[in-house]
Amino acid sequence: MHTFAELIIVFVILLDLALAVTGSLATCIRIAALQGVVAGLLPLLAGGHIETRTFLFAFAIIFLKGVVFPWLLLRARDRSGAGKEVETLISYPVSILLCIGAFIASSWLGSRLPLPTANVAWIVPASLATIFTGFLLITTRTKAITQVLGYLVIENGIYIFGLALFVEQPMMVELAILLDVFVAVFVMGIAIFHISREFDHIDTAELSELNDWRRPEDVK
Amino acid sequence: MVLLLLSFVILLVSAALSLCFRRSPARASAAGVYGAVAASVAGLVSAGRILLSGGTETLSLPWPVPLGSLSFNLDPLAAFFLVPVFLLTAFAAIYGSDYLKSYAGKKPLALAWAAFNLLTAAMVLVITSANAVLFMLGWELMAAASFLLVVFEHEKAQVRKAAFLYLVVGAAGALFLLLLFSLLSPSSPSFDFSTFRRPEGVLAAAAFLAALAGFGLKAGFIPFHVWLPEAHPAAPSHVSAVMSGVMIKLGIYGIMRMLSFLAPWPAWWGWTLVFIGAVSGLLGVLFALSQHDLKRMLAYSSIENVGIIILGLGLAVVGTSHGMYPLAALAFGGALLHVLNHALFKGLLFMGAGAVLHSTGTTELEALGGLAKKMPQTAFYFLVGSAAISGLPPFNGLVSEFLIYLGSFGALRAREASTVYAAALAIGSLSAIGALALACFSKAFGTCFLGEPRSANAAGAHEAGQAMRAAMAALAWACCFIGLASPLLVAPLAAAAGCVLDPRAASELLRYAPLPLSYLSAAAAAFLGAALAVALLRAFALRGRVPAAGPTWDCGYAAPTAKMQYGASSFAQPLTDFFQPALRAARHYAGIAGYFPGKTSFHTENKALFYDNFYTPAAAYIRRLAFRFSWLQQGRLQFYILYIVTALIALLIWKL
Amino acid sequence: MTKQLAQYLVVLALSPLLLGVVNRVKAFFAGRRGPPLPQLYFDLYKLLHKTPVYSRTTTRVFRAGPVAALACLLTALAIAPFGGRPSFFAFDGDFILLVYLLGMARFATVIAALDTGSSFEGMGASREVQFAVFAEPAFFLALAALAKTTGAMSVSGIFGALTPAVWTTAAPVLALVTAALFLVFLAENSRVPADDPNTHLELTMIHEVMVLDHSGPELAFILYGASLKLWLLGSFIACSVLPRHSGSWLTDAGLFTAAMFAIAVVVGVVESIMARLRMSKVPYMLITALAFSALALIFQVGR
Repeated sequence: MHTFAELIIVFVILLDLALAVTGSLATCIRIAALQGVVAGLLPLLAGGHIETRTFLFAFAIIFLKGVVFPWLLLRARDRSGAGKEVETLISYPVSILLCIGAFIASSWLGSRLPLPTANVAWIVPASLATIFTGFLLITTRTKAITQVLGYLVIENGIYIFGLALFVEQPMMVELAILLDVFVAVFVMGIAIFHISREFDHIDTAELSELNDWRRPEDVK
Repeated sequence: MVLLLLSFVILLVSAALSLCFRRSPARASAAGVYGAVAASVAGLVSAGRILLSGGTETLSLPWPVPLGSLSFNLDPLAAFFLVPVFLLTAFAAIYGSDYLKSYAGKKPLALAWAAFNLLTAAMVLVITSANAVLFMLGWELMAAASFLLVVFEHEKAQVRKAAFLYLVVGAAGALFLLLLFSLLSPSSPSFDFSTFRRPEGVLAAAAFLAALAGFGLKAGFIPFHVWLPEAHPAAPSHVSAVMSGVMIKLGIYGIMRMLSFLAPWPAWWGWTLVFIGAVSGLLGVLFALSQHDLKRMLAYSSIENVGIIILGLGLAVVGTSHGMYPLAALAFGGALLHVLNHALFKGLLFMGAGAVLHSTGTTELEALGGLAKKMPQTAFYFLVGSAAISGLPPFNGLVSEFLIYLGSFGALRAREASTVYAAALAIGSLSAIGALALACFSKAFGTCFLGEPRSANAAGAHEAGQAMRAAMAALAWACCFIGLASPLLVAPLAAAAGCVLDPRAASELLRYAPLPLSYLSAAAAAFLGAALAVALLRAFALRGRVPAAGPTWDCGYAAPTAKMQYGASSFAQPLTDFFQPALRAARHYAGIAGYFPGKTSFHTENKALFYDNFYTPAAAYIRRLAFRFSWLQQGRLQFYILYIVTALIALLIWKL
Repeated sequence: MTKQLAQYLVVLALSPLLLGVVNRVKAFFAGRRGPPLPQLYFDLYKLLHKTPVYSRTTTRVFRAGPVAALACLLTALAIAPFGGRPSFFAFDGDFILLVYLLGMARFATVIAALDTGSSFEGMGASREVQFAVFAEPAFFLALAALAKTTGAMSVSGIFGALTPAVWTTAAPVLALVTAALFLVFLAENSRVPADDPNTHLELTMIHEVMVLDHSGPELAFILYGASLKLWLLGSFIACSVLPRHSGSWLTDAGLFTAAMFAIAVVVGVVESIMARLRMSKVPYMLITALAFSALALIFQVGR
């Protein structure tokens, strides 16, 4: 059973890699959703006794991450005219190198953190790597919708981290975070929609024009 | 030791003789060449005896200089470094006797030969001295002699600039060495190596970093490489061969020797070396790939090979500090063998480049091509060198890289993750370096010797002179010999490794290396046998037939010209494009417009990244700082005497 | 020794058949009957009896290139895995020599291509050396992951120690390694999606365009060498997915050969259902392979 859980963890990490390199926005959203579903399945596969409550929570999480969020995001993408491409600031090889580097760093970090020993190998590094991938999406992609996506991926990572830490009662913590993210996605979906209507694009780099600081030479 | 002393004396005498024959270039050359060859024979016998017996010889002479004693030490490590020095200088001298002929009457050949033999003598002094003062003497003499050789063609502005840079870098390196030696012998009255002690605590790290910087500036690994691609191509080709082949290795020798005084080594030293080695290797070969000038390309490839050596050395340090003795022994053995191997094939390649320059007047790759028809022997030797430097069987480059690989793969079994990661980093970067070197040298050989000539100069080429060809042939055979007889070298390597490594580590080389190397040699021989068999099959299939001759298949295009061939930059373009973030080559493209576009142009310009972005700003900052004190410089004699008097009085008061 | 000789001869004899299988599978997908299975044998026989044409631009390098390349592959084959059985050259680090022999074969092919002075062949040569820069580290790191997993340092040691028990404990690592090896296998053998072996005169071709000018026995050597290389790199995949060793040589050899032909079928399927990648995307595919093998190694280190 643990080998199977390990395989799932490896799959989560491969999804991180895929997220870091996918060029299509729709695929990116679907990969994030798939990662959420896979992460949601983990507590059911980690072995041991499964209560009805655990089952229900897992179902809720899978439904939310696998159906609701991607639907909301895809809708936001279409409505805001964000286009089909993920626009990146760095190239594919650099993304993949950063991902691998992050994975090495998180496996080192995972071995240093004073955590209770997890019963599935790689679960802590995988969660840290997922969180890092989320940061990567937020920091190196230009479109606002990928920022939302980045938060979702970070949430996936936090969820897996929670599984590693509190095998007993991850659900309450998780639900609270999930609620936050839900609100965030909702609000950002509306915000993206409105920003794109105001400015005809949702490139966050352009938002910096809204600040009130001017370079001296621009001031006549 | 007596023979070595004899060879040293021969070098000095022949240098003096060359200067005496100033009026007759032929006699000056003869004195230089015969002196170099005779000294090499004597020196090689002496070094070979040490390597075979594994013993150590010392010599101490009275010397009335404070802080110093005239003591020499010939241990297996020194003997191992003497081998490439003597081999390459002898062949370079033979080559140079032909190469410099065309300069007779135009240039002071006597001075060139005197400097050449002085350079060899200085290198011998550096390797064998067992005293820091003597070492510095040799070190500075080496810098001065090679400086004279670099400015040989001083009428070119670029050469003068390169020589000046070389001089400055040499001085800076010497400064670090002085710091290093003062750290190593804080209290002892003499600067003998035998009295050197590892300083305590943070001072040991300071000594390591000083050695890294001081010797690194000579060895030319990144980031201390800026002078190398300027100075090496500027010198005459046989001198470039010696400088790239052996002189920069004395920096490696220095680091190895100093490491032996600094044991035990913390793991981070090893990691530092591994990183520097990997970065130098990768960036060096990438820079080489993007060069259009044959000699500059070879100079950059020296940075790559020094990187490989440092990588092996770093793995040895990591292995020793974690108790992985097989890794330490194999990596150190590989690094040491690569010193010899690189001397052989880089010397060969620089001589080949020199033959091209001699025959066509240019080393610009885009102006060459088709030389294999005009100079078939040079082409063959250059091909051997290219295959050897890319680490291809059955030549010697593979053997040294194989040892480093073998150590790394063995270290994968280690329990600490950090050792495994160091090994994995070495495996990954070595394989990438190997593939990039293959790209680099297939480009060099292909554009220079194959296809059609791209300029009138290349079309009018002629074969190199007899002495030049003989020197290249000898080096090519040496490359082949080491590839086929590598097991013979294990014992000398182990003896030399024993001078630096823990004795427990050094003996591991004898345990782990011989069997794989025997197989490697057998496989290399099998490859040659297979090639012979296939060639016979081909001859059998072609018996009684006369192959037809025609034009190259041009896909239906009727009027191909030599200019339409794939050139050096077009060949490298996919890779240089991919690594553009690291290379930052400037592109100048006029663009095309309209349905009937007129003439347009495209060329790329390779920037000296570290020089432009780090050293130039740093130098500018220092200069600005110096200008603050320019009021001291009044240009009046009275003031300077006043300064001296003030300084004297201040010193007197301080001492009182 | 006789068994090793038998293995060697089996590979020499059967490897051209692999391409026949690939082509039949492709024909099946396209709804054609396709060339007969032993077509490559007929081609080789015919080519050996042809008189070659040499360009006036070329030198001996052009003639020696295919000979040296084939000799490299013949030597490398003496190291290649054969169902976890020892080969002729089985020593610590033999796979390093194997990769560098393939490098020598590449060098020989590339400089023979440059010898023609043709811009097409220069283009192919340039791409060939470019892709190797990514393929070689990927292959080496995959081997490092295998060496770390099995604790062995030679090809036959690694695959001899690879048992079903290893697969049950280290399945993720081995799966990643196999994926990386398969990507490298496709690229190095110039198969779709890295290259298309069918068309000769497209500007996008890599391997086929390098050998445009070769004819007669030299072309036969090149074609035979290509089929040997297909077998050589395929055998690494076959041995990693086939960990079960029975006691008898005959069963092992039979199973291994069957696995090789299964790989040929997979290649045929991949070629039928995929388009080739844009030229600038091929390095990305190989970097993905590199990432897979690096991940496999990292996993294995942390276990």
